[in-house]
Amino acid sequence: MNKIENNKAWFLVLPVFVLVAFSAIIPLMTVVNYSVQDVFDTNTRYFVGTEWFKAILNDAALQSALMKQFMFSFTTLSIEIPLGIGIALLMPKRGMAASLCLVLIALPLLIPLNVVGTIWQIFTRSDIGLMGWSLREMGVAYNISRNPVDAWATIILMDVWHWTPLIALLCYSGLRSIPEAYYQAARIDRASRWAIFRYIQLPKLTNVLIIGILLRFMDSFMIYAEPFVLTGGGPGSSTTFLSQALTTMAIGQFDVGPAAAFSIIYFLIILAVSWVFYTTIMNMQKEK
Amino acid sequence: MAEIVLNALAHTYSRKPNAPQDYAIRQMNQVWEQGGAYALLGPSGCGKSTLLNIISGLLEPSDGEILFDGVKVNSLPPEERNIAQVFQFPVIYDTMTVFDNLAFPLRNMKTPAHLIQSKVHEIADILELSPLLHKKAKNLTADEKQKVSMGRGLVRDNVSAILFDEPLTVIDPQLKWKLRRKLKQIHDQFNITMIYVTHDQLEAATFADKIAVMYEGQIVQFGSPHELFENPKHTFVGYFIGSPGMNFMNVQLEEQHFVFEDMKLKVPEKILDKIQHLPYESIKLGIRPEFVHVWDKKNDEAYEVDVIDSEDLGTYHIMTFKLRNQLLKARLHEDQRIPKHKAWISFPDQWLKVYVNEYLVEADDE
Repeated sequence: MNKIENNKAWFLVLPVFVLVAFSAIIPLMTVVNYSVQDVFDTNTRYFVGTEWFKAILNDAALQSALMKQFMFSFTTLSIEIPLGIGIALLMPKRGMAASLCLVLIALPLLIPLNVVGTIWQIFTRSDIGLMGWSLREMGVAYNISRNPVDAWATIILMDVWHWTPLIALLCYSGLRSIPEAYYQAARIDRASRWAIFRYIQLPKLTNVLIIGILLRFMDSFMIYAEPFVLTGGGPGSSTTFLSQALTTMAIGQFDVGPAAAFSIIYFLIILAVSWVFYTTIMNMQKEK
Repeated sequence: MAEIVLNALAHTYSRKPNAPQDYAIRQMNQVWEQGGAYALLGPSGCGKSTLLNIISGLLEPSDGEILFDGVKVNSLPPEERNIAQVFQFPVIYDTMTVFDNLAFPLRNMKTPAHLIQSKVHEIADILELSPLLHKKAKNLTADEKQKVSMGRGLVRDNVSAILFDEPLTVIDPQLKWKLRRKLKQIHDQFNITMIYVTHDQLEAATFADKIAVMYEGQIVQFGSPHELFENPKHTFVGYFIGSPGMNFMNVQLEEQHFVFEDMKLKVPEKILDKIQHLPYESIKLGIRPEFVHVWDKKNDEAYEVDVIDSEDLGTYHIMTFKLRNQLLKARLHEDQRIPKHKAWISFPDQWLKVYVNEYLVEADDE
């Protein structure tokens, strides 16, 4: 058989190529482009190589922001995941109560990010906010604009309030998909409540949890609007996370070059952590 | 090991049952003797699984008693009844190895480790799982998984009974046979009461010494496969067991005769005595296709019928014929002549069964 040479067929790939180019490659390359140049104005720019990268990696403020960022993601995840699983386990399984629960639990997820920040900003005010006022009345010295510990605790509480429902909903759907026979067999095998959780429920939740943890890690690592509205990154820079530092650098100070280098590093960190997490879990699951 | 007695047992899922139809299990008395191999046979939705779950304790019956060796266990949970149950779809603990799966019930009972070792190896040998002991259970094939779920029942000492809920549904046909034989072998070896739920009559007949046929929440007949075949106590048993099922003809009783369209059949005296005074809604005559006598030639006792169809099923033929307006079937040996167009058939007395209100009427001295 003679193969017909028709290179025009390659044009069929063009639409996808254009789409991907404009949606991903060109914007990313622009950032790469900025990251290796020093830009003064539209006509004056110098190639600086990896200088911005070195500067960013050695910047003490950014290093501390990165550490805070990891701390924040780690803390929120280690609260939200077990709490979400716990809530899912406690939720009613069928009937009106189940539907009602689902709606109530999903509510925080429906609120726009900066509104969440605003809600909590008001909530914590000691003059009109329910929590701030109550704490003051109880004699607790609580002030998120003066005390970094208070600010941290509040941001973490806010994030837990906002995002635990996501984990709970994912786990709930995962739990619902376990056939009744598993629980019956477990009863017959005299499994304890803990054993049922450890050997039936948790293994069946692995897949939804991987998705949940990945989503929550990425989102928490990129958190911006809520702490920005709630604390503005303060007191001092105690709650200034990476994305806020980046925004200040790129838009506030117009340091486009360092900001671009910063963006790339930021992106690579998220990519690397997600990849490491995913491959570790997958390897753990690998068949013997 | 235990003898299981169901005493006026009934179960309903509805809160306010009024009619018998509201009951998934209608009142029944039944004895499962220690060491028996039983099958619970019936169509989907007849209450087989409900009954099984009541026996295992996953479900508490709404009425009546269930006794294990004379002790009422109605409200005892499965773990206290010491019962094993194998489900339709294999239940295994994914993250554990085969060994850990088998050891799981023992560990839950805080059995010393050295006993677990020996017991698990013993059961694995019997089930031919030894080479797989260190494999992760989730990578097994369906039949291996089902063997693991069975094994979890067998490792415990003195299980009262093992209940099987259509355990071979997901198994390949050629492996089904093997696994069924394994079950039988285990039964002989351990002398455990086994109750096997299925809707497949062949499966029931090969596994069980005695079969309980369930229909609309009742056990309509309890007997050996042989009895079910030769002497169905209920029209449903006749219809459900055998392939094809029993032939039935609706008849009227007029004096000494059953009248079927323009035909008159004499009623055997002993039966006549019994049914004459019985109020009835329906009388049916039943005969198995195997027992329909097909003559080569016309003769005095044979009825002439029209042959509608004849199916070759390898070792036998199924002939469909029309007697008056009723379609009936007869089973012919492969070496028997297959009649075309017209045939002469008769119904031997001993195989012609009389059913009043769907239940068999028997002459007393039989």
